Amino acid sequence: MTLSQTYTARAGTRGLAQDLGGAGATPVTVLLCGVGGQGTILAADLLARTAQEAGYQVKLSEVHGMAQRGGAVTTVVRFGSSVASMVTDPGCADHIIAFETTEALRNLPFLKAGGDLLVNDETIRPLTALTGKVAMPSEAASTLKGLGARLVSATRVAEGLGNAKCSNIVLLGALAKDLGMDETLWERQIEKRVPARFTAMNIAAFRAGLAYDSDEGGKATLS
Amino acid sequence: MTELLSGNEAIAQGAWEAGATIGVAYPGTPSTEAMESFASKEGVYAEWCPNEKVALEVGIGACAGGLRVLATMKHVGVNVAADPLFTASYTGVNGGLVILAADDPGMHSSQNEQDSRFYALAARIPMMEPADSQEALAFTRDAFGLSERFDVPFMVRSTVRISHAKTLVETGGRVEPAPKDYATDPAKWVMMPVFAKLRREVQDMRVASLQEWVESCPYNEAFLRDPARGIVCAGASYQHVVEAFPDASVFKLGVAWPLPAAALKRFADAVEALYVIEEASDYLSSQVKALGIAVSEPPNQLPPAGELTPQIICQAFGAAPAQALEAPAGLPTRPPALCPGCPHRLVFKELARIKAIVAGDIGCYTLGAFPPLSAMDTCVDMGASISMAHGFELAFAGTPGRRPVVGVIGDSTFAHSGLSSLMNTAYNQGTGTVAILDNRTTAMTGRQGNPFNGETLQGRPTRELDLEAVVGALGIADVHTVDPFDMRAVRTSLKEAVAHDALSVLIFKAPCVLVEKAQGTPVHVDGSCTDCGVCTSLGCPAISRDEQAGQARIDRGLCVGCGQCEQYCAFSAIQKDVEEEGEGA
Repeated sequence: MTLSQTYTARAGTRGLAQDLGGAGATPVTVLLCGVGGQGTILAADLLARTAQEAGYQVKLSEVHGMAQRGGAVTTVVRFGSSVASMVTDPGCADHIIAFETTEALRNLPFLKAGGDLLVNDETIRPLTALTGKVAMPSEAASTLKGLGARLVSATRVAEGLGNAKCSNIVLLGALAKDLGMDETLWERQIEKRVPARFTAMNIAAFRAGLAYDSDEGGKATLS
Repeated sequence: MTELLSGNEAIAQGAWEAGATIGVAYPGTPSTEAMESFASKEGVYAEWCPNEKVALEVGIGACAGGLRVLATMKHVGVNVAADPLFTASYTGVNGGLVILAADDPGMHSSQNEQDSRFYALAARIPMMEPADSQEALAFTRDAFGLSERFDVPFMVRSTVRISHAKTLVETGGRVEPAPKDYATDPAKWVMMPVFAKLRREVQDMRVASLQEWVESCPYNEAFLRDPARGIVCAGASYQHVVEAFPDASVFKLGVAWPLPAAALKRFADAVEALYVIEEASDYLSSQVKALGIAVSEPPNQLPPAGELTPQIICQAFGAAPAQALEAPAGLPTRPPALCPGCPHRLVFKELARIKAIVAGDIGCYTLGAFPPLSAMDTCVDMGASISMAHGFELAFAGTPGRRPVVGVIGDSTFAHSGLSSLMNTAYNQGTGTVAILDNRTTAMTGRQGNPFNGETLQGRPTRELDLEAVVGALGIADVHTVDPFDMRAVRTSLKEAVAHDALSVLIFKAPCVLVEKAQGTPVHVDGSCTDCGVCTSLGCPAISRDEQAGQARIDRGLCVGCGQCEQYCAFSAIQKDVEEEGEGA
């Protein structure tokens, strides 16, 4: 299947476990991807802890080490009534939350047909492209939009709130809208895990993400 | 209490619950957080050691002294600790001794993909293999008592997907067993031939009792479901198997060595075809076959290397992959890079400039191998830079027009095993140049203490070893400490060091940019830029080429104002920003 073929089967496809005759309660799989230093690991941790508070079984899997030095980072969070594997496979992620457009394109194969693709409308050029040796993908944002991605100007929203580093929490807010877990559960985890002096700003970032309407041309609405 | 813990945190919790009071380790991905977490707990003493061999020996001593000890290391660290490990299997223990070996199938952050279960087999040390954080806690906790019961160290094997996966865990309280009495007992602890021969017999008897125990221990579980397919597996692979084939019969091993021969044979008899599913290794399949059990192969071969996933397993058994999009072709790769402001950068830039053969080592600075710096010829194992540089020097001795050879090693790696390599070069009248990149920390694993930065794991006061004096004490006369941010100093010192045959040691000393988090005034590019590309050749993530403007561009959000690039601009086009009032509030 190529990019131009987009989704022909948005409905009616089943997860891997179901295809193989597994139990009905397939867990929800969220893949978070971005660039080292963008806060994907904290966002994934908050998602996993919120799912725990919501009463689900949960597994989170991440990779540390070399990848942290500005490399590509992916973290997988899975939750449901029971969760076996802590990783995901091509065509199996219900949600991809990409902190950067190139990483969104790179991780497209993981998206389940009919899955949700949430992308921070920010592009970070890797070293290979900074030096002019390799070209960046042209029109990444429109390619992603064409695939049905929801683009969020999370970095711009976070800058508007006073700290670009909160963009991860803006994105988490936008994801929360899709996941249907009570927003007070999310906010309680933010209060628990974020240093006290940054709590208010992160709660504001979360609410801005929750209220974000991507069809309004990137205007954030504060609740 | 239910907590979301990583496997590493759960291992630390298990050790704490079992009453372990001593922790010893050298950091290494994916094991590092296990000891960091243990060190943060009440009532324990924990230390970073210079290397895993030293750590395990400290641990064996403390366990001989009667305490329960946790030693943690990554898989390649077990190689370093293998010498005491094999003989600890003869001496046995006094207080319980549990050793974490954290493997890295997929090589996310390692130089090889070895399977530590072979160590358990070879050293005859029983090994637990948890499949999630709950088991990591329980198996580690129980291993302390088992270690004392069988008078042998126990190993716990994890992988990245256990150590760095967070799952829900029921935590419990701590037991505090009284320290065991120590009595001088050379027949147990002095492993010279006369005593070791007797302990070898003790080991044989112990293996027999472990083999009996493992048949009925609670850590192995047989799940008899559809008899058509019986799968033997352990660890993370077990979770992938359950995901892929929830109806299959599964023999889940919680003890990777010794294997429960009779229980596995019963399982094999109860299923129509028995398969072994494991990652990047044939440890389990070869051992199951060695028990005389017929092992079937899936219709498509499982990959011999790398991590497994549920879909990879399904495909091995003939299932079609899930429908998936393709990523656009030609996406730029995103390898990790030295940070903006990294003190290692100019050393590699200048090593490339003099076309040195660079024998590299393990740490952040291994990233100097990537373009655009591309200044590393070799990286094999901890400490190998200095010894391999000596080897290169031997190979090229007397060759006219030869390239200079420089061994490059970090401060923590130098303490780990570079020191004995340098002693060898000094002792054997070796030549060449050694560059010690002293960034005052063990950076790659998350900035841990080491003997040269004078920080201990639990923040106890200590001495800070003087690197220049240590090198000088080896009898090496040509030793200089150089400011790695000063381009002229870096260039001149390397030029002078490689110009003569005598062994030179250059210590490039400046703290890791992540340690001090010093934020200098960012720089910008003014109109005199000619787009010559020299600044981008430094490989700084803050510097790019703006093709439309025909200029270099500096990302002021990433720039830390280290001043490295300014020195390389022949047109003085890189200038410090003028500080604005109230900025950054």
